[in-house]
Parts: sequence; structure tokens; C-alpha cells
Amino acid sequence: MSWLLSPGASTYARDIDAIYYLILVITGLAFVIVEVGLIWFLFAYRSRPGRKARYTHGNNTAEVIWTAIPAVVVVMIGIMSGSVWTHIKGHDSVPADAIPIGMEARQFEWHVTYPGADGELGTDDDFTVRNQLHIPVGRPVVLHLVADDVIHSFFVPAFRVKQDAVPGMSIPVWFEATTPGQYEIACAELCGLGHYRMRGMVTVHEPEAYEQWVREASTTVAAAR
Amino acid sequence: MTTPRAGTAAPHVGDLHPHDAVHDHEPSFLRKYIFATDHKIIGIQFLIMSLAFLLVGGALAMMIRWQLGYPGQAMPGGTVLPETMAPGGVIAPEFYNSLVTMHGTFMVFFAIMPLLVGVFGNYLIPLKIGAPDMAFPRLNMASFWIAVPAGIIMIFGFFAEGGHAGAGWTAYAPLSASPEHSGVSLGQQLWCVSLIVLGLSSILGATNYITTIINMRAPGMTWFRLPLSIWALFVTAVLVLLAIPILSGAVIMLLFDQTIGTHFFLRAGEPLLWQHLFWYFGHPEVYILILPAFGMVSDIIANGSRKPIFGYNSMVFAILAIAFLGWIVWGHHMFQSGMNPTLGTSFMISTMLIAVPSAIKVFNWLGTLWQGNIRFTVPMLHACAFVSMFVIGGLSGVFMASTPVDIFIHDTYFIVAHLHYVLFGGSLFAIFAGITYWYPKMFGRMMSRRWGLIHFWLTFVAYNLVFFPMHNLGLGGHMRRIYDPNQYEFLQPLQGLNEMISISAFVLFTAQLIFAANFILSWFKGEKAPMNPWEDNSLEWTVPSPPPHGNFAATPVVYRGPYEYSSPEVEQDFLPQTLRLPTDRPPAAASAGD
Amino acid sequence: MMRAVLVIGIAFVALSCGGQSDSAGGTPGAAQEATPGATGGGSITGTVMFAGTAAANPVIDMADEPQCRQKYGEAPRDPIVLVENRRLANVFVYITSGLPDGARYPTPSTPVVVDQDGCLYEPRVVGVMAGQPVEIRNSDPLLHNVKAVPTENRGFNRSQATAGQSFTQTFTRPEVMVPLECNVHGWMKGYIGVVAHPFHAVTGSDGSFRLEGLPAGTYTVEAWHERFGTRTATVTVPADGSATTEISFTPAA
Repeated sequence: MSWLLSPGASTYARDIDAIYYLILVITGLAFVIVEVGLIWFLFAYRSRPGRKARYTHGNNTAEVIWTAIPAVVVVMIGIMSGSVWTHIKGHDSVPADAIPIGMEARQFEWHVTYPGADGELGTDDDFTVRNQLHIPVGRPVVLHLVADDVIHSFFVPAFRVKQDAVPGMSIPVWFEATTPGQYEIACAELCGLGHYRMRGMVTVHEPEAYEQWVREASTTVAAAR
Repeated sequence: MTTPRAGTAAPHVGDLHPHDAVHDHEPSFLRKYIFATDHKIIGIQFLIMSLAFLLVGGALAMMIRWQLGYPGQAMPGGTVLPETMAPGGVIAPEFYNSLVTMHGTFMVFFAIMPLLVGVFGNYLIPLKIGAPDMAFPRLNMASFWIAVPAGIIMIFGFFAEGGHAGAGWTAYAPLSASPEHSGVSLGQQLWCVSLIVLGLSSILGATNYITTIINMRAPGMTWFRLPLSIWALFVTAVLVLLAIPILSGAVIMLLFDQTIGTHFFLRAGEPLLWQHLFWYFGHPEVYILILPAFGMVSDIIANGSRKPIFGYNSMVFAILAIAFLGWIVWGHHMFQSGMNPTLGTSFMISTMLIAVPSAIKVFNWLGTLWQGNIRFTVPMLHACAFVSMFVIGGLSGVFMASTPVDIFIHDTYFIVAHLHYVLFGGSLFAIFAGITYWYPKMFGRMMSRRWGLIHFWLTFVAYNLVFFPMHNLGLGGHMRRIYDPNQYEFLQPLQGLNEMISISAFVLFTAQLIFAANFILSWFKGEKAPMNPWEDNSLEWTVPSPPPHGNFAATPVVYRGPYEYSSPEVEQDFLPQTLRLPTDRPPAAASAGD
Repeated sequence: MMRAVLVIGIAFVALSCGGQSDSAGGTPGAAQEATPGATGGGSITGTVMFAGTAAANPVIDMADEPQCRQKYGEAPRDPIVLVENRRLANVFVYITSGLPDGARYPTPSTPVVVDQDGCLYEPRVVGVMAGQPVEIRNSDPLLHNVKAVPTENRGFNRSQATAGQSFTQTFTRPEVMVPLECNVHGWMKGYIGVVAHPFHAVTGSDGSFRLEGLPAGTYTVEAWHERFGTRTATVTVPADGSATTEISFTPAA
């Protein structure tokens, strides 16, 4: 029962978390004010014999106040959210030096295609691994997310990244990991009877370890063919 | 109808008793209670139908909760289910998907929506505006008797080969449109057919409500003397009339994709088109499911506080603003769908703005309670619970309206918590308030207060134990519609919370059986209800309980709004709309439509 | 009014069912009686040969499923082409023509078993008679889903979440082959040959097969392999006698 988010492991996780905590504080305050007011009124103005309620149809000043304050607050939240959103998902948000990786979602697997030694997708040295995403720490990667059959959703809770994969679309998803380790990939969009088991794993390596992994994986995959 | 129809007269051939004279005055049983055209009977028919579906939807939720609380364990009594659903009593993944889908479908389309619109729209509109019946009584009858086969078709889906629809109540294509990917063909088709049929029923009902409210108000019942429940039902009916055809069109296209080989939503077509069409209907639908609740709660809170509603005009404009904004926010369901991210920002702003009219309503309810003389009747308790729970549902909505935060919580249990705070904490508490409030009028009997209190407190506590921790599940990353969360390491620490929620859910369901028992027993054994048990001002409380066919002995004349409680002009703390004080003048003309 | 509504409703249901049932209204299998004279004492035995060398089968990456992976020593390979001493296994062999006109055969009620074991279908290729039950088992302690994607029959897509589960399905119309796949494990492929008579077999690891109970006559025998397609042979069976044949596949199919 925690209102705190688990530790983030990507560069923009802290931006998202900051807005989350801001909204948590604002809505928490509003929650307390309204609920305490409600309980207080219910207690203070409970029916007592011989008493009559105050006869009033309202108060325009009060209406203006409680229209204006929420409006200002939500527009402020909206503006702050907008800039973070554009930074993460906007049209030109993908960093230029991001490593391209192909990510194909299908019932009920993730097929990860690596660019191989030349660093480009769509060439002969590409190789594909099932359910295993390996990336280096401290360097942005961009997944070209596609779906083979139905809609899936690529979700790495630790990176605060979620993006639907839609048949017929290739959607770029970028992130930059900040902490080496292993993190789970989940499918967040109901995609059929094996949806709950559509699990993958991201391994964040130190840069040298990543290079080494690419070399080893490309040779084993080639040997298996 | 003065002469019995051939069909009903036939059994009387050879019958020596002169029954025909009676039939001239009294409609036959079939006419009166089955194929009834009286709006009150139709309202009660909808009530019984939708409460039955509420129970069905709840039972499905219990199976969902069993699987989440005790994943992979045999469900008690689960072996009665066929092997295709629960082999050895263990819920199968595809059946779990059907459970999730049908829980949502039954609750939204066959329980909450007919309860709010079908029941209270039918029962309250003519009575509260001083009309003898609906404008089109036969359309009204058709509206109910079209809804029934829709429900039957929907239930049949469970017995279809391949199982029932399992693509979620939102039926996202291409999963819903391609049997080879879902494994479901007939079930999903029956789902489509049922919703198309049900849509017809809703459209007929909405047409009727709109016409009746515009044309059949009693003399003196001006627009700004309408009870807020009627305002809300009027605006809801407009939303229904505009939104349901969009759903019907989209569902017909979905059915064609499955049966005759079109590719509207398949890969060769446009998968996102389904989401746009569905949510263009779906977000107004959200307000269809809450606006009538707003209205009824306003009536009940004013009555329970013995005070005029605070800021009547603001309340009306807030309803209109919500109804309008409801049409331009559908994209907030699709922030992570692959929709253009710039659109995401615009939908975020319009969504945030909905918080404003919602806040106006909450503060006005608080203003109504302020310095009141509050009577804690069972309906009043439910109405206050509605306000406090709707606040939580409204505030949690700010989180997912914020596009970056939504990246994390989209499609998690945070959304499930939010929507249940609005639909259960909001709509359903308002429905309980409404049923307990108008039960005496509907059935001429009072419901038991003691059992009403027990039901209320059990429901209120268990409800919060079920749904509040779901926020925390969502913040832990717990995805929706997951058959077995333990497949993920990061979700395994949440299993204890899931189990606690499940146990609370079982308590919550059991508490609803108390309500069902109270409802049924009071019908036969309840204390006889007086004409105006709550000392309310509205017109339905000036006629007997239950009101006779035709409602009013003479057309009522209205002199004031419905919320004149504790008026200094009279000794008692309520002032009925029809009571003529020496200072009142009759309305200029007896034409209701002006 | 009401009747019209009901008729529309029923028409809708009927329409939607209609889209389904046209593929399923095949010949009812189980109720058939054998036609006298359709069987005999003859038989065909044969061997399926493979000329040439096939590329190695691909390695399956089972790292995500340790419970399956541990059933194998070294990395498991997808058993697409199984050749031993130039003999080809997992070839479905059946008679396509030559049987008496209008011959009908009793449908066996014993199910043919397809097991999911070690994240592979075992056996990978089976033959059944139309209407004969196919029992699908899961011996792995994890989720499999079996998806049949036939063109002539009605397909299915069902899950088995734990070990020990099983269900049976029947295919009512002849179809060679009905593919099976598992969407949880994309490498899993299986094939079910559905034919209208009992004269079918799958070659073993020695490439041999045997079709029994045939009346005398001249038959066309077809052999099907998932990678190399089909070959046919014409075989004449004497009364109560045995005929032999050899069918050969080449990699350049």
C-alpha cells in the first residue's frame, strides 16, 4: 500500500515521477479539504429538533472562486505535463545518437532485432533474439515498434515507458537507461489468451559488456541458422 | 382499449362469468404488467432486468477476483463449469478474458446504463414534470422489449463454441475482429449483435425522453423549475441519441470484419479507427453513466439537507458543460495508442477542463449541506457516499489526464480503480440512493431501514477496501486484464494485496445479497408507504404511492422550483411545487411547451 | 410489432451463425457404417527416402522456458527435417485414389494423442480419420495454447495453463494438413492429416510406413512433408497380398 513509485531507471523517469508527485500533492490536498469538509458538515449540521436549515440559493462569489481555482490549477498541471510529454513522445524527441533496435510484438512474444556490427537495421548482419532486449547504460536507444497480428503494448515499468504496438504502424520509442541491471518487459494491452505471459527482459549492460554481448550473440544466432 | 383483442378473448369462450365488463376498465394482466405502455411499469421492468444483470456482472467479478486472489487454484464450485471454461475448476486464460470482457459489458450496457436511464428516466420524467405518461408509450414498450432479447443474446454468447467475446468490453480491433487471433468467433459476433439490438432500444428511449421533457411539462414547469434529475436525464438522453448510433455503426463494421471479410479495422485497414469510433461514443457514454447520478443525488441531498440546492443555475450549466466537453476528450483513452502525440496534448487540455464543472458540482453539493438540517435517511447516506467517492474518482482522473503520468499508469490497475470509483462509487451509490428513495413511490411500501443501514455500511467499507488499494496496485505497475500477475517478478510482492482485495470483494458481493433480500421482502412485507415519506417538494410526491395509471387526477399547476426547503414563507420545512400560496399567481397560459 | 422485432433478432443471430457453420457442416463422421467390400487383406508397405543433404535444423532459443529447456541436453533444434540413413521421418502417407467408389469406413473412436512436451509437439505429425477424436495434452508445467488453422474445417484456439490438462477435438472434413501452432512459443509447429478413410500412416525414424486392410486394386499414394511438399506413387495391391513401394524426396523441392 504505497503511494511512492518504485525507483526509475531511465533518464525521463524522474520527470514523470516529479509530475506524478506534484499531482499527488495537489489532489491529496483537494481530497483532504473536500472530505474533511463533507464529514464536518455532516456532523455539524445533523438534524436537530426545532431547528430549520438556512434558506439560501447560493452565492455567486463562492461559485466564481471554486470555478477559477480548479481551472487555474488544472491548466497549470496541463502546461507542465505538456512539456514533459513532448520531450518523451513528441515528433522530434528521439535523440540523434540513439541506437536503433527493431521490436516486433506478436502473440505472445517479443522479437528483438539488433542492428549488428554496422549499427544499422535492415542490413545483412542484423540478428533477432526472442524476448531478450539488451542495451547499454547511458546511451539512448530507439525501438522501432511494430506488431505482427493484434495490438500489443510495450511496457517497462522501471523505465516509465509504455507504447502500444499497432499492426501496420512502426512507432519509434526511445529511452535511455541509467542503471545497469535486469528489468521486466510486460505486454500492457490485452492481446489474447496468452497476454498475461507475454513477458520479456531488458538487460542493461555497461558499454563494454554490451559490445561484447552483441559480438557473442551475433555469432551464436548466425551459427544456429 | 375498450374491446378485448381476439387473442385474449378466445379463452373466455364458454366461460359463463361476465368478465368482459371488467376487461373494459382494467387492461389484461399481459397488457398491464408484461407488454405495458405505462411508463411506471416499464421503469419497474427495467429495474428488475437491470438488477438481475447487475447480479450477473457481480458474479463474473467474483470469478475474476478469485483468479487474481488465488491464481491457478481451483475455484470453489468451479467444477460445475464446463471444461472449456474451467478445466478442473481452474479458470482458463481464455475464460478469464471472457469474464473481464463480459463483466464490463454487462455492467456498462445492461446494468448501470439501463438502471440510470431506463429505470429512472422512465419512472421519474413524467411524474416529475407533471405528465400523465411518456409522449410515445408504445415506443417506450418497444424500448424495453428490444432490450430483453439483446440481453438474452448476450448471455447466449457464453454457450457459443469458442467461448464468449474476450477482447475486453472495449473490443479493441484487430483482436476482436479476427477470430484466428482471438480464438473466439461466434461469441464475439453475438456480442456485436446484442449491442446493435440494445442500441436500438436506447435510441427509442432517448427520443421519447427528449420529446416528453420538451412538450409535456405541466403548466408553470419552466425549464429552470425542473428538478436537476430531469435536467440531467434530458441532457443524458441527448447524449444517448447522438452517441449510440456511433457505437452501432462501429459495431456493425466490426461484425462485417468478422463475417463478410471487410477490413475496416484489420491490419489492411486501420486498427486505430476502431478506437477513435469506440471512444468517440465511449466518452459521452461515461457521462451517460454519471449525469443522471448527478441529478438524482442533487435531488436527494437537497431533500436530506432540508435546504435549496446551492447554485441551481451553476449546477445546470455544469451539466451542460460536462456534456459538451464530453465530446472532445475521447483521445485521452488513446494517449499511448500510437495516435499523433500533438493530439495527445490537446486532448489533455480539454480533459483537464472537465475537472472544472466537476469541481463546481462537488462544491455546490457541499454548499447544500452547509448549514442544513441533515436527515440521515438511507438514500441520503448513499448520496453522501456518492459525493465522497466521486471526489476520489474525479481526482484520480487528473493523474491519467496528465499525458506523461499516463505513460506509466495507462492500462494498469490505477485505471481500474479510477473507473470503479466513478462507476461504482459514483453511479452505483447514486443508484442505491435512487432506488431506496423512490422505492416507496414505486411499490407503495417502505424498505427496511435497519437492513438498509447494514447494507450501506457493509457496502461502503467493503467497497473502499476493494477499490482503494487498486490505486496502489496500479502504481506498482500491475497491468489490467492479466490472468496471472505472478508471471512477473515485479508483481509478485503485490499478491498479498490482491488477496486482500479479493476477500473484500467477496464481502462486497455478499452485502449486495442483503440489498436484494431487502428489495424483495419489502415488496411484500414492507410497511405501507405514505404519499410523501421524505417530505419532498417534487410532483411525484403529490400522488398516491404507487401512483395510478395516468399519474395525476388533474393536470398539476407548478408555482416554484423543486428545492424550496426551509422556506421562511411556510411553517413546515418543505414547500411543494404545486402548493399555491396567497402570493402566487397562476402561470399565464396553460401551455406546457413554452 | 413484437413479432417483427423477434424475427429481426433471430435473423441477426442466424446470419451471424451462418458465417460460421458453412465450414463446419461436413459429413458426419461417427455415424458412418462400413460399406461391405471396401476393406480387404491387402497392404502396402514402403519407405520414404531422402536424396541429398538437408540444412541443419535451427536451434530453438528456449532460455525463457527453463522447465522445457531442462528436458534437453544441448540446445534443442527444431525437428523439421529428420533424416537417418537417407530415410525421412515425419512424412504423412495416405491413399488419394483407387478405393471403391462410395466406400465408407467406420470411424475409430480411440483418440489420436498430440502431446506438448518440452515445448514441442509430440508427435509432430499425426494422421486421423475425419470424425476421429484428437486428444491434445499438455505435459509441460506452463502455458501452451493450441491453435489449429485449417481451411476446410473449423479451427480452434485453446489454452492449457498447467501440466496434465487435455481436451479432444474432431475435424469433420478431410484436409491435408491441418497446421497446429502455439502462440506462446512461436517455434512450435504440428500437423494433423485428416482423411476420409483409415489408410494413412506417418513414417517413423526409419522412413517406413504400412497401410493395411486394403482390398485388391491400384492405388495412388501421396506422401507429404512439411518442408519438401508432396510426392505420389502408384501401387497395385493383389488380393490378400502385399505390395511395396519407395518414395523419394530431394532437397530441391
